[in-house]
Amino acid sequence: MTEYILCLILFCVGLYAIMIKRNLIKIIIGLCIMEYSVNLFFTLIGYKHGGIVPIFSSLDETPARMVDPIPQALILTAIVIGLAVTCLIVAIALKIYEKYKTYDIREITRLKG
Amino acid sequence: MFCAKESCSILPLFVAVPLAGAFLSSLLGKTSSKISDFLGSLVPAILVLLSFSFIGLKEVLVYKMGGWIPPFGIVFVVDGLTVLMLVTVNVVALMSTIFSISYMEKYTDKWKYYTLFLLMLTGMNGAVITGDMFNLFVWLEIGAISSYALVAFGTEGEELEASFKYAVMSSVASLFILVGIGLLYSYTSTLNMADISRTLVAKPNANLINFVFILFLLGFGLKSAIVPFHSWLPDAHPSAPAPISAMLSGVLIKSLGIYALVRIFYNVLGVAGGGRVLLVLGLISMVLGALLAIYQKDLKRLLAYSTISQVGYIVFAFGLGTPLGIFAGLFHLINHAVAKALMFLNAGSVVYATDNVRDLDQLGGLREKMPVTANTSLIGSMSIAGVPPLGGFWSKLVIIFAAVESKHWAGAFVAILVSIVTLAYYLKLQKLVFFGKLPVRWENIKESPVLMCVSMIVLSCICIALGLLLLPQLRSVFLDPAVEVLKNGVGYSKAVFENIK
Repeated sequence: MTEYILCLILFCVGLYAIMIKRNLIKIIIGLCIMEYSVNLFFTLIGYKHGGIVPIFSSLDETPARMVDPIPQALILTAIVIGLAVTCLIVAIALKIYEKYKTYDIREITRLKG
Repeated sequence: MFCAKESCSILPLFVAVPLAGAFLSSLLGKTSSKISDFLGSLVPAILVLLSFSFIGLKEVLVYKMGGWIPPFGIVFVVDGLTVLMLVTVNVVALMSTIFSISYMEKYTDKWKYYTLFLLMLTGMNGAVITGDMFNLFVWLEIGAISSYALVAFGTEGEELEASFKYAVMSSVASLFILVGIGLLYSYTSTLNMADISRTLVAKPNANLINFVFILFLLGFGLKSAIVPFHSWLPDAHPSAPAPISAMLSGVLIKSLGIYALVRIFYNVLGVAGGGRVLLVLGLISMVLGALLAIYQKDLKRLLAYSTISQVGYIVFAFGLGTPLGIFAGLFHLINHAVAKALMFLNAGSVVYATDNVRDLDQLGGLREKMPVTANTSLIGSMSIAGVPPLGGFWSKLVIIFAAVESKHWAGAFVAILVSIVTLAYYLKLQKLVFFGKLPVRWENIKESPVLMCVSMIVLSCICIALGLLLLPQLRSVFLDPAVEVLKNGVGYSKAVFENIK
């Protein structure tokens, strides 16, 4: 249970950074932290205490002892998607810096409301 | 018309064709913009034909990826609701690409635009057609990521700012959805939508369903810009190039937001209207969107706020949860998709002619100079505002009937009031842009190129014709099967498993 609570705290730290921080880069870092916490959550779902690798290396192993491999496969996909999003957002943030000469969102306000 | 067995095997084409188009456009488009123009219009045209071939489908089609039977493999499922969404998405996409051919001339790197456009189309088609929870998330992200890039396509300060805001908020929404999927997986040990639904019926868990309901509401609510989560939309949609605004407002928020929300709530979680939550949120969106739209001075921003208000109508109708409410919601969804796409293309046409002037106070009297744009825009406005005999009037009327039928008097009253406000701001738009005195600056203005006019005229004809969907003959082949799917609720799982061959 403790692991899940810590995971939730990590999620909230990321959300806090996105909502409170005023710097574009810090917002992006917050987004990354949130992504990590969700990935961690998926790992925890598949985790089994004392479980072994889900590969049949010998015939006397039973699936009951293995950790669930599906969440790990899902995380791989989620990591790739996260990478694409992060790359794109960082690129946009750099372009914003070129145009506005600042990373502070309080000064990036050409759009009205 | 295909027979059932053959049509099963063409399902992956809805994803494969636009993906291949995107690939070819990035490969060959560099050499000549003609090739990417051709590809960009050819792909949606093929998809329109494919999706039309499914109209009147009697049964549920299930395609098993790689032959793996569900719940082990990923499946594509086509039922009445999917067909309705596929037709809407691809028709609007085709009109937007035809519009793009002339409109995108003023931007550089057209092939990049078409690549992203087709990827976005892949994401939308995939999200609509899939029968797997995690697969839905993947398509959602493909559609969303390419739309972030498309919003920033002009790379001006405003566009980048809007894109950043949109990207961050939409990514947070995706993470909420992902957590919801994780929770569902940990409880049901499956990712197949039909199987999740079957397991939840077999061993219900109210706490889990409530928690997942909230997570999905947050996630898909952000994606479809229901009111407390709407703040990105009025920035992102106007900043994109006009055909992209039309796609985003017309179909993206509907296929990735409302369709996914409704599919999961009705068919997977079995929480039909979601209590009163959707009703209340829908009403708030309706009112707030309309009130904010009145004060806008920017042509495209006004349309964006109008989208929030109209999405409120759709969500409200689905929130009623009655068969008539579902019918009204789907009907308004199609009407709004076509009419709003048309309005954004009209705005694009005005912007194209006036060289990027969107301020309502600087425009005026364009009617004599741009008759096609003015008349199609009048049809679009009147359809959204709900003037008979256009499609939008009938769908609003049915929404109000549905509210009265389920004794939500206050809701029906608000819906009527908001439709008057809607009429007011669309009349304001018409008056300030197309009527009145022509400013001297626009003396030499010209009507848009032929291809832009063609797509606007076709969309306005569809706008007028959509009222005919109420006729019993057309209703029974197009709208009723979709209503049946949602009315069936968690019976969805039975329908899917029965049709696996």
